[in-house]
Amino acid sequence: MKQLRRTMLYVPGNNPGMINDAGIYSADCIMFDLEDSVSIAEKDSARFLVYEALKTLDLSGKEYLVRINDLESGLGIEDLEAIVRIQKAVIRLPKTESAQDILNCEREIARIEGEAGIELGSTRMMAAVESALGVLNAQEIAGASKRLIGIAIGAEDYVTDLKTSRSPGGVELMFGRSMILLAARAAGIDAIDTVYSDVNNDEGFRDEVSLIKQLGFDGKSIINPRQINIAHQIFTPGIKEIENALAVIEAIKEANSKGSGVISLNGKMIDKPVVLRAQRIIDLAVASGILQKEANYA
Amino acid sequence: MEIKKMALAGTMESGDIMITLEPNDFGGLEIELNSTVEKQFGCEIRRVVGETLLELGVADARVTAVDKGASDCAIRARVKTAAYRASGKKVHGWGGARQ
Repeated sequence: MKQLRRTMLYVPGNNPGMINDAGIYSADCIMFDLEDSVSIAEKDSARFLVYEALKTLDLSGKEYLVRINDLESGLGIEDLEAIVRIQKAVIRLPKTESAQDILNCEREIARIEGEAGIELGSTRMMAAVESALGVLNAQEIAGASKRLIGIAIGAEDYVTDLKTSRSPGGVELMFGRSMILLAARAAGIDAIDTVYSDVNNDEGFRDEVSLIKQLGFDGKSIINPRQINIAHQIFTPGIKEIENALAVIEAIKEANSKGSGVISLNGKMIDKPVVLRAQRIIDLAVASGILQKEANYA
Repeated sequence: MEIKKMALAGTMESGDIMITLEPNDFGGLEIELNSTVEKQFGCEIRRVVGETLLELGVADARVTAVDKGASDCAIRARVKTAAYRASGKKVHGWGGARQ
């Protein structure tokens, strides 16, 4: 079953209370942060805390990630030394600007896997793009490693790099988001959108999630648990959508059994892209727990 | 690992523990605990602090722990952080797999 990544909850890596509570929320993914949310004086402390938490907490049912520090800072290598050995978290690389950044990180991960007797290639990665250069190189970044499960856009640094700021409609992010999405789809990995910082503005958050879902994103980074349910409501297919998808699949099954290639349902032509979209809706409904049985007809 | 100087780790926030480590001129481990849950979990907290220090090879230290309901993993993390800061060592073994 596909790993859902509708919501990726940021948890500051040096806050034991938040780390302990993270698992009780219904976010699909939990991301412990060792980078921007941790002051330079507490990097060692956060690394030990996330390491101990990953080692001992019950992490079943969710995907866990750790955002490490930039490798060039010298801190990122030590983050990898700690986190790769536990084998419970995806490594999220911040501020990725080129395929070489991915390859440099992958080389260190492979070295640690070798030293620790871990299966080579078993540690997965995610890239975060947060600059103009990173966006322009999104395609080579997304395709740089088989370890990559997704690529995300980090808007705050990106809009600063563009010499602008975030607006309610997000027009300044349209090109960046589109680049990230196309790069993800071309590489066959997930695309995750940036955070929405105004946690008290539910309506604005809802609008932004609707926009990025329509663009094609798989999920959104979130900074407050109250944003989880709103995002899940928008990303989870509705009953009518699921019924229609099931009808499409049923129709194509029937057509296939009769040896017919192209059919119509309620006056609309059903061809391969329609079937693929219907199957995606069913997969999402199954992964979300709305449909009981997994099926694959496409 | 030798405790060479005083060092702190952790905070006074809920769910955390503040650990202060100092050299102990008289030898051995002395643990002074102040916890909101001392009557329920005092022995357990002392045990986790003591075991973590012994794992690191710290035999002589004075420990002051101010607990705000920290989990075992938070206690271990804060003790390790304080120990490394107090010893001046930079590189940790991470599970013993790293030499």
